[in-house]
Amino acid sequence: MVRQVEPRSDADPVARRLRDLGFVDGEPVRVLGQGPFGGDPLLVQVGYTRFALRRAEASRVIVEALA
Amino acid sequence: MTAATLNLALVGNPNCGKTALFNLLTGARQKVANYAGVTVERKEGRFDTAAGRNVRVLDLPGTYSFDAASPDEVITRDVCLGAFPGEPIPDVIICVADATNLRLHLRFVLELKRLGRPMLLALNMMDAARRRGIAIDVAALERRLGIPVVETVAVQRGGADALRARLDAAIAPAPMTTVDADLHAEVRDILAAAVTMPSRTAATDDALDRVLLHPVLGFAVLIVLMFLIFQAVFSWATPLMDGIEAAFGAFGEWIGPALASMPLLQSLVVDGAIAGIGGVLVFLPQILILFLFILVLEESGYLPRAAFLLDRLMLKVGLTGRSFIPLLSSFACAIPGIMATRSIQDPRDRLTTILIAPLMTCSARLPVYTLLIAAIIPERTVAGVFNLQGIVLFSLYVGGIVSALAVAWVIKRLRKDKSEHNLLMELPSYRVPHPRDLAIGLWERAMIFLKRVGGIILALSVILWFLSTFPAPPEGATLPAIDYSLAGRLGHVLHAIFAPIGFNWQICIALVPGLYAREVAVSSLATVYALGGNEEALGAIVASEWTLATSLSLLVWYVFAPMCLSTLATVRRETNSWKQVWIMTAYLFGLAYLASFITYRLALGLS
Repeated sequence: MVRQVEPRSDADPVARRLRDLGFVDGEPVRVLGQGPFGGDPLLVQVGYTRFALRRAEASRVIVEALA
Repeated sequence: MTAATLNLALVGNPNCGKTALFNLLTGARQKVANYAGVTVERKEGRFDTAAGRNVRVLDLPGTYSFDAASPDEVITRDVCLGAFPGEPIPDVIICVADATNLRLHLRFVLELKRLGRPMLLALNMMDAARRRGIAIDVAALERRLGIPVVETVAVQRGGADALRARLDAAIAPAPMTTVDADLHAEVRDILAAAVTMPSRTAATDDALDRVLLHPVLGFAVLIVLMFLIFQAVFSWATPLMDGIEAAFGAFGEWIGPALASMPLLQSLVVDGAIAGIGGVLVFLPQILILFLFILVLEESGYLPRAAFLLDRLMLKVGLTGRSFIPLLSSFACAIPGIMATRSIQDPRDRLTTILIAPLMTCSARLPVYTLLIAAIIPERTVAGVFNLQGIVLFSLYVGGIVSALAVAWVIKRLRKDKSEHNLLMELPSYRVPHPRDLAIGLWERAMIFLKRVGGIILALSVILWFLSTFPAPPEGATLPAIDYSLAGRLGHVLHAIFAPIGFNWQICIALVPGLYAREVAVSSLATVYALGGNEEALGAIVASEWTLATSLSLLVWYVFAPMCLSTLATVRRETNSWKQVWIMTAYLFGLAYLASFITYRLALGLS
């Protein structure tokens, strides 16, 4: 489950966009797969939608494991 | 209600089926252009409401948020706000949302609502939603949102009838809401009240992604697909292209005698205009075949998956996964390849891809390569199995690819804007592409090419005809006519520049008409050597009269040199900037000259 998105700078457009796309507190999120080279990018499902996120982008999302 | 034309704007998240809905509403009544001053596509169409009212509708670029992250999104925002110069503020905003993906799409609906403009929500893909057992209480949704909601199915005949009918009634401005409310929380409330969803994703998406995004299996499928596309663009197009060339040749021969009394006019019509138009149309088969594949891949939802698989590889040299298909198709021809870069969202990545596309060895270089290789490289077997000529040809291809990657890497270093390049890409649900959307998409590509690029190519070919025809040779001339023309004189002047890299004056002359298309250089060489187009005899001359160093230098020249004005015309159209054209021309010429110089000097030194 998503807890929050941590911005890398004061005006981090990636963090803002992640929030707009639904990476917000309480939203269930799951990593479904990885790219074939170096495990990058990640295939992430949040809400009902799948996104490809580079690890640098995904690392902004702070999550909490659900039992 | 007034009878005046109603101005609508279609707005929505990417992948909401907005363009399919636009195609269903307007059919062939569309105009595609660019927004003033930017290379973002502007699509406008017309249709009539159920009661016959005239409607002008704008298909705005797909947008996740008004917090714009790309030039496309800036346009959508500015048009909706009425802040885009030259575009009237839309009378009604039609917000399109995918009924199967409301958790994501409703947030933007709420953001749009804050504008307080007359607005309507089109719940698109209702057929897919019903199939997945998603139940939407439209009345409850209308109550919660305070705006009219209609159901649409963009891929079904009559799927927009409800929308057409609703537009005849008055649409009130959206009720104002508190500006700092948490939109995500609001979306959750609305979904809880109006929507029941049995599962979070479609079973088919899960199953397909397990295979298509699998590190091994998915990659194998991708390679097979790419091979198929490459084959198709390369070989399926050839008979069509030969047919077009033959047809225009025959047409020229048929019309030629009618103008026999006026040899100059005859030459202008046959060698200038008809050959020029043929030279434009000859690219169409490759463009249409490539875009048929790209449209199918894009509409089906596979294209972002391919980008997902390739992203890491391309990222290493400062590109993105989306650069791969344009670059692959550039092996057939850089023109469709450069046109295909429109699917790259980051403008910096797109520009880099355009700049390196001409380094992919296009099929027009093959005649030049074959001629020279056959003439100068002995047919010998290396290491028991490899043909030496084949090895040389292969290394020319590899040389192009390696230098393209190097150039991309250098561009990445030089760029001042070092901000992070984002991927952050939605992988939409898989869908079966609708033939209407494919047909309209192909038609648009063909028109863009013929109107914007065709004109430039045609003009250039007439200019080149003029250069190679005037002035006419004097009485009793012994040398071929082209030697007396402006092109011939230009060739002699160029000789001074190209002598250090080993080109003789015959090559320099052939380079001028060769700007029209690379393969033309071969037939021009035959003309300069007064062989009357006999290209086999040309091979013999190359083998006997040229030094090995000269031939190798010319081979290397063709790996790099921007010897194709059509490509430059396409770059002008796609970047909307002469500056980029000049940058590309200069760097390619520089590279070509340097590489040929080194090759020539090395070969001279070694022989």
